Amino acid sequence: MIRLFVLSFLLILGAGGTALAADGGKIDSGDTAWLLVSTALVMLMTPGLAIFYGGMTRRKNVLNTIMLSFITLAMISVQWVLWGYSLSFGSDIGGLVGGLDYIGLKGVGTTPQEGSTIPHLLFMMFQGMFAIITPALITGAFVERIKFSAFLLFTLLWSTIVYDPLAHWVWGGGWLMDLGALDFAGGTVVHISSGVSALVAALVIGRRRGYPYEAMHPNNLPLTLIGTALLWFGWFGFNAGSALASNGSAVNAFVTTNTAAAMAAFTWTIVEWFHRGKPTLLGAASGAVAGLVAITPAAGFVGPISSIIIGFGAGVLCYLAVVLIKPSLGYDDSLDVFGIHGVGGTWGAIATGLFASAAVGGVDGLFFGNPGQLVKQIIGVVATYLFAGIVTFILLKVVDLLVGLRVSDEEEVTGLDISLHGEEGYRLS
Amino acid sequence: MKKVEAIIKPFKLDEVRDALNSVGIKGMTVAEVKGFGRQKGHTELYRGAEYTVDFLPKVKVEVVLEDDLLEEAVNAIRKSAYTGKIGDGKIFISPVEEVIRIRTGETGVDAL
Repeated sequence: MIRLFVLSFLLILGAGGTALAADGGKIDSGDTAWLLVSTALVMLMTPGLAIFYGGMTRRKNVLNTIMLSFITLAMISVQWVLWGYSLSFGSDIGGLVGGLDYIGLKGVGTTPQEGSTIPHLLFMMFQGMFAIITPALITGAFVERIKFSAFLLFTLLWSTIVYDPLAHWVWGGGWLMDLGALDFAGGTVVHISSGVSALVAALVIGRRRGYPYEAMHPNNLPLTLIGTALLWFGWFGFNAGSALASNGSAVNAFVTTNTAAAMAAFTWTIVEWFHRGKPTLLGAASGAVAGLVAITPAAGFVGPISSIIIGFGAGVLCYLAVVLIKPSLGYDDSLDVFGIHGVGGTWGAIATGLFASAAVGGVDGLFFGNPGQLVKQIIGVVATYLFAGIVTFILLKVVDLLVGLRVSDEEEVTGLDISLHGEEGYRLS
Repeated sequence: MKKVEAIIKPFKLDEVRDALNSVGIKGMTVAEVKGFGRQKGHTELYRGAEYTVDFLPKVKVEVVLEDDLLEEAVNAIRKSAYTGKIGDGKIFISPVEEVIRIRTGETGVDAL
């Protein structure tokens, strides 16, 4: 690690800003305009996620919950520029990780890369927004009890050692890309990786005090719904932007994204109504996010009707994971990161292998006569589970040894807003 | 003189006030309170996690009145606060030893 830092520093000094690479094609203004907008849309998802989560925790922890996502936006933005982008998209090392050639954005200029029509710097920034939101998603598993210092350290390590290599495997020329596993906008890289890591984190850090016997009411569900709306809105940049062009594929992804989110929100609501007697707003919001997650790997590879089935599956499967499986196993994944992102991401990755159609995105899935694609999808899923799960476990143990993972009992009971940040979310006097 | 304390459903407050006014009471005090009786609380459901809320919001109405208004006032409250469903509330009656109007120093029924 120290050698890497020293090496990075020397390389950054040598870089002297962003050199112009000679390779690559011509800038297309339409594509560039859309990707600029998409990048901004995806940026907005992280504050959106912050308030989506913020509304669901108890009143005494609302600010801390929001802070965890928001500070991730700050920290990983810098990490990505300094070394994250290079580890993901630098020249391939054994299919596993990117090289250090782009460290400090050395050689990442405004000229498009080979085969691209947008400035290399824009591609870097678009990808950076994905690198930011992924560790922010994990925070839902350990809110209301993690130490702020432990969180910062864990997130920096996780982004560097889990996210950056994974993004390389799937998008940066790594082994899953070579294998032909499909992941349009990050079903494995973003959602399975954060979901599995969240499950491991919930198990390692342990339950909140009083869970599941004490009532833990969401403090502000209207806030959660505003967050859901911002996520849905931003997801158009996330998925349709992942076409990396302003073209038909982007439009297809836009349509499948909206359709799957809608179907999953509706499905969750109806299933909950039948199962528990009342259709809840939190259920509808959870279903929408589950649908958005599930369509993410498939968005540019499946048609609109397939996206309805994918949304339906996400609504049912994620509901079961959150309402039946989690309580029966007793772990405290507080805001259901695994139940929604892990399960929804897994369903989406597999559904991509089922419903992909060459007429849409150039590759057929099982239902279009290509069973081999399903096998590739499953390999991608299993590899992500193993890699993210094992490395997250090790990182958490290391962070626990260095600074300790949990706040003290007193701080937890007082609430993290007052005890860690010295401020309150609601002062009504 | 008697003090009537009525715990009622919050949405019935306006009707109870009007009914008591028409009986001829001279004033009333209300407070938002929380509690439970036989109704117990209600349950809330968040992503499948069911929580019981023990203390429900109610309104407490306090009226001090002359003895001969008591029966009429109690009937007025019963009528106006009634929904027929569990949780309609209760009425408590207790004797009042003395009433003093702070501004004038009047006492007893004159101070009401």
